[in-house]
Amino acid sequence: MKEIYMDNNATSRVADEVVEAMLPFFSEQYGNASSMHEFGGQVQRHINKARESVAQLLGAADPGEIIFTSCGTESDNTALFSALRSYPERRHIVTTRVEHPAVLNTTRYLQSQGYQATYLAVDGEGMIDLEELRSAVTENTAVVSVMHANNETGVIFPVDKAAEIAAARGAVFHTDAVQSAGKLPLDLKRSNIDMLSLSGHKLHAPKGIGALYVRKGTRFVPFMMGGHQEHGRRAGTENAPYIVGLGKACELARKNVETENTAVKALRDRLEKELLSRISNAKVNGGKSPRLPNTTNISFEFVEGEAILLMLSDLGIAASSGSACTSGSLEPSHVLRAMGVPFTFAHGSIRFSLSVYNTAAEVDFVLEKIPAIIERLRRISPFGKNGKRPQEAGVCREN
Amino acid sequence: MWDYTMKVQDHFRHPRNVGNIPDANAVGEVGNMVCGDALKLYLKVDEKTRKILDAKFETFGCASAIASSSALTEVVKGMTLEEAAKVTNQQIAEYLGGLPEEKMHCSVMGMEALEAAIKSYGAGGKPVTHEEPEGKVICKCFGVTEEKIRKTVAENRLRTVADVTNFTKAGGGCGKCKGEIQRILDDMLGNKPSAAPPEAFSQLTMVRKIHAVEEALAREIAPNLLADGGSIELVDIQGSVIKVRLAGMCRSCPSSGVTLKSFVEKKLRELLDPAITVEQAE
Repeated sequence: MKEIYMDNNATSRVADEVVEAMLPFFSEQYGNASSMHEFGGQVQRHINKARESVAQLLGAADPGEIIFTSCGTESDNTALFSALRSYPERRHIVTTRVEHPAVLNTTRYLQSQGYQATYLAVDGEGMIDLEELRSAVTENTAVVSVMHANNETGVIFPVDKAAEIAAARGAVFHTDAVQSAGKLPLDLKRSNIDMLSLSGHKLHAPKGIGALYVRKGTRFVPFMMGGHQEHGRRAGTENAPYIVGLGKACELARKNVETENTAVKALRDRLEKELLSRISNAKVNGGKSPRLPNTTNISFEFVEGEAILLMLSDLGIAASSGSACTSGSLEPSHVLRAMGVPFTFAHGSIRFSLSVYNTAAEVDFVLEKIPAIIERLRRISPFGKNGKRPQEAGVCREN
Repeated sequence: MWDYTMKVQDHFRHPRNVGNIPDANAVGEVGNMVCGDALKLYLKVDEKTRKILDAKFETFGCASAIASSSALTEVVKGMTLEEAAKVTNQQIAEYLGGLPEEKMHCSVMGMEALEAAIKSYGAGGKPVTHEEPEGKVICKCFGVTEEKIRKTVAENRLRTVADVTNFTKAGGGCGKCKGEIQRILDDMLGNKPSAAPPEAFSQLTMVRKIHAVEEALAREIAPNLLADGGSIELVDIQGSVIKVRLAGMCRSCPSSGVTLKSFVEKKLRELLDPAITVEQAE
């Protein structure tokens, strides 16, 4: 059975070119980049080249603004802790209710350590309100962290404008761009964004490598203590093969940004439009907001997401869901709940996230199979018979 | 991904008894769409013999909710209402060869729908919705009362807050009630009257051991196996190791190993001695 992979916001296939670029750094050029000998020193030059490639993708002014980390989560943690330690007199964090757990749970932890936090709301289309941000940021705010694009819905936040608001109050502005890097054009030298997180495995590099952009002049306190690597900003021997891989992936991503916004977007649009026309009681979450070109989050009413996913999985189709049964928390996704998506829809949400590796034939196959799956599960379901919607009453909390 | 048994996967992919029974004389409902799972159980009961002639279901929920509902209908078909009233959530889970711990609440939902359906029969067949036991609501996210937690803890011998969440969902939302759940557990585990019989099993003479085991098998275990067309006999006792032979339908049942450990052994430990081990006789 051929796998049809439409879960690229979870992780992506490592590009062949990336694997090829990485291989020499395992058993041939395995020197330590910090060594004085040429055997290690040559590795440093490859790392620098990768740094340039990441800087180019992000539109950074200087490769020295890129710090390699182990993953997006490390980048996010580093950014938040650095801002708070750099401005100890400021005790307030502003973020959103729909951030990735790497930011959300870190902020909650910081609250337990005595910091204050404001979580910006989103509207029914998953969009934040810049006016709410403007009134939330004060002279006491150390850091504003607003994601560039949401992983579940693909909704894009106006981070350039948000960064201006933060800058006006002297707060550090951080954005988690794990989902958007390589999918949206970025030009950091022309923005007020101080820090930006990126993850390798979302853009066809392997898992276990990430990067943090830190604008020149931004106060910085390292998260990892130890050696002098990365100019003393991130201790730990450089993960040369993976850094080279990330560099290659960023080089490819730069070429592919246009394809993402034309060919991949066309596949996504067709998938979404056809699903809505072939299946009743379906709706797109965040569909009226600007969105990533590869992502669609569709809710099918009266059925439950995990059941849909397993039936898709039987056909070799990989997607994901915001249903309670898949979240591990017994409650549906925090993003859909923040958007006020009714529970009748939230439990049946399916996210398809495409990549440049998807084909029109794959989209056709998915379109051919899903209606019958939804139909089958709706036949089993006690709800939605004769199009009737149950009252959204019950003991479960609605917030 | 969940580690579902083959039987769960089979009952999810090919659920038995889906649909409704237009002339059902017992209908039980549990859950709602807000909570993420709901089950409507239809029974056709013979008015003379009180036997369940047919059972069907409609379920909104994940794979294990669908599989548990399917299993429930298969388990109760052919039982009298009195027999059905004794069906536990463990039996539903065992029928499926076990459920992931986090999904045990699906089997509890099945048992609750059955209880509601039996009430419905008594009420002239009018559909009855399962109601949480009255009392103080501990988990506000899922509306779980202290009584339900206590009942589920006792019936399933739960020990940790995570167990309680897996079986009742309580504590699985915002998590603020976890402290209170722990207090309930402390109370129950701390003050629980000793389950051990007055005389320790290991101190009994062989003849009395045999009597004790035979009686437990006959009274508590054989009737449940009989429902699946199985039976059990005592073969030998060596110290605290009890050797039994499963017969009838149990012999060819692929999950007989599960039955032996998670039902027979569990029950004997409960009734006689926590040190007991049950083994299949060669």
